[in-house]
Amino acid sequence: MCLAVPVMITKIEGKEAEVEIGGISRRISLWLTPEAKVGDYVLLHTGYAISLLDQEEAEETLKLFEEIAKAAK
Amino acid sequence: MEDKILLAHGSGGKLAHDLIVKSFVSALDNPLLAQMDDAAVFDVKHRLAFTTDSYVVNPIFFPGGDIGKLAVCGTVNDLATSGARPLYLSLALIIEEGLSLNDLKKVIDSIKATADEAGVKIITGDTKVVNRGSADKLFINTSGIGIIPEGVSISGSNAKSGDKVILSGTIGDHGIAVLSKREGISFSTTLESDCAPLAGLVEDMLKVSRNIHSLRDPTRGGLTTTLNELAEQSKVGIRIEESKIPVRDEVIGACEMLGFDPLYVANEGKMVAIVAAEDAEKILKVMKKHRYGKDAAIIGEVIADHPGRLVMRTLLGSSRIVDMLEGDLLPRIC
Amino acid sequence: MKYITEFRRSELAEGLIFDIRQKSKRKVRFMEFCGGHTVAIFKYGIRQTLPPTIEMVSGPGCPVCVTATADIDKAIALAAIPGVIITSFGDMLRVPGSRSSLQKVRAEGADVRIVYSTMDALAFAQDNPNKTVVFIGVGFETTAPTIAVSVLQAKEQGIKNYRVLSLNKLCPPVIKSILDVGEVKLDGLICPGHVSAITGSNAWEFVAHDYGIPCVVAGFEPTDILQCVDMLVTQVEKREAKVEIAYKRGVTPEGNLQAQHIMLQVFEPCPAKWRGIGMVPDSGLKLRPKFAIYDAEVAFDIKPEPTVEPKGCICGEILRGVKTPADCRLFRKVCTPENPVGPCMVSSEGSCSAYYLYGDDSGR
Repeated sequence: MCLAVPVMITKIEGKEAEVEIGGISRRISLWLTPEAKVGDYVLLHTGYAISLLDQEEAEETLKLFEEIAKAAK
Repeated sequence: MEDKILLAHGSGGKLAHDLIVKSFVSALDNPLLAQMDDAAVFDVKHRLAFTTDSYVVNPIFFPGGDIGKLAVCGTVNDLATSGARPLYLSLALIIEEGLSLNDLKKVIDSIKATADEAGVKIITGDTKVVNRGSADKLFINTSGIGIIPEGVSISGSNAKSGDKVILSGTIGDHGIAVLSKREGISFSTTLESDCAPLAGLVEDMLKVSRNIHSLRDPTRGGLTTTLNELAEQSKVGIRIEESKIPVRDEVIGACEMLGFDPLYVANEGKMVAIVAAEDAEKILKVMKKHRYGKDAAIIGEVIADHPGRLVMRTLLGSSRIVDMLEGDLLPRIC
Repeated sequence: MKYITEFRRSELAEGLIFDIRQKSKRKVRFMEFCGGHTVAIFKYGIRQTLPPTIEMVSGPGCPVCVTATADIDKAIALAAIPGVIITSFGDMLRVPGSRSSLQKVRAEGADVRIVYSTMDALAFAQDNPNKTVVFIGVGFETTAPTIAVSVLQAKEQGIKNYRVLSLNKLCPPVIKSILDVGEVKLDGLICPGHVSAITGSNAWEFVAHDYGIPCVVAGFEPTDILQCVDMLVTQVEKREAKVEIAYKRGVTPEGNLQAQHIMLQVFEPCPAKWRGIGMVPDSGLKLRPKFAIYDAEVAFDIKPEPTVEPKGCICGEILRGVKTPADCRLFRKVCTPENPVGPCMVSSEGSCSAYYLYGDDSGR
């Protein structure tokens, strides 16, 4: 549960970062994801990054969905 | 020279008179107002529309507008929803003691600019000043009169099964723009309120078709509240397609972050039109040519099923009911 | 929007729906534990797309819904203390306590402010040095680490007027509790995606291992949920029971170790009362003695009035998956989002709220 939304890190200053989604930007905390870098996508929950999003896994998942969709036709 | 509004500015004495003459009458500049009678007197030989609204928005200055612009647009748009050409507005101000004269001037200038764009004149007004704490900086009430052209009959109860539902542009801009300035919920955006006077847009629409059955501007409560109201008033069902509703990326982004649904977020410069199916395309075309309708889209239709209810076909193709907003939109963590 | 739009593509969802319909032969009951999943399932009309062999039931994964009335009363009692600024997530504002709610006491003059983040609450504390800012801490493992950070930051920055009322809870103990009681027979568990981002999917191993129930961790987009159901059906048809991750882009088996570490640095497990379920051992979080100066329950002598539970409200049974809102006498007639009797109607994630706002006329 818990609303968390994928945002992109545009700047990092110490333990805080500027992130962007759809043109909206906000200052968030990286206390829970100190390994995050500029350009990474993170899951944002109540102003904190709680997890890094794995680009490769995302692409794998979408590829899997596409295969399933093709097989369904 | 005081730079703040004092209680004396509302008490009818010299200070009040000077404020009215220098800050209001000269700024709003028209012969009827300049007469300074207690009532403005004029002749009208047409069917009239009459509306009133009060504005208490906080903050009074927000990206893309202010309470003054909102007040004029809100009343002009209410008149426009009956197909009326707005003519005259009244302007009543309730000012909290301590409001800066500079802020008040900015609001009045904004009122004038918006009124000019909308082609309306403010012909009568009232000013009161209340103790600090008794009003949130500035409250405004505007009432408006408009002329309904011959042969035009537009009402929320005229929607018919088979009609198309047209939305004049993107939803949620105003609510998100205002929210971005609220303490405790900060985020930055270049998004501005969509606050705009729509009488001109409606006039263009009426030029190409008289088969416009209902018009309404979705304000607080968002698009869904308005469509639910129309469905109930006309005793019809309305079905919309989620994929057809125009929403800006910034609004989606903010809504995703805060847990809002754009369908429920406030607008101040949009119109929903329910029109006869055969005229939908040409009305849409003329809307898209107008500055305030360039993102217009046909988002759904009126149906005979489940009268009084709004249903939406989701991205997955399944249907769900979309109820009115109850209570306030609150940002959530879950 | 990256990581959002792609996962909402209808043709991908259609493919998954077809796959599920093809595979699903046995009648099954899956529970979506998390309130966010309940809302997504309703919002996208997912129930309608599933074959009749699959029944979905909602669980108690809504931290707002499961907050005990007595705990809401504590928050309200704090709001009445002069010099206190209550800061809270929006979700909590309308939840009814025994006699009132945070929204009602705000209307009566209490200083109650909605915040999006504890960062905003800390900012209020810095801006109001003569007042005490109390943050109402609700949420599961997704949120608890963020609240823990706010305590560590308060310590680091020397902010002395910040307190937390910890009503945070942990998920695995309550799932264990529900499974032990055995009121509802489950054939699969849709595991909470963002809680799992913190705890790791390993947190659910006991469900598969000790109870033989298939578990899949799901994300929140429509294709994510459908993929999860697809994987659960596959396990069921193969007579397997293991923990899998559908939400691979956000969740790993170990989870976020840094977040787990910070959470347990500041908090320790304690018994907690879950509305509708009762006391569950080790399912709550309280501030460790080292951080007692940030604990609102230590700082203030909170004396709420005796608890009164709402009459006729069956939120408890709904939270345990035993009944649905359609079974409640008060649903829609007395209890509505504007006039909520119980928390399931107030919380934007509560079952009753979801049924009310999104359900079709059959109550599905």
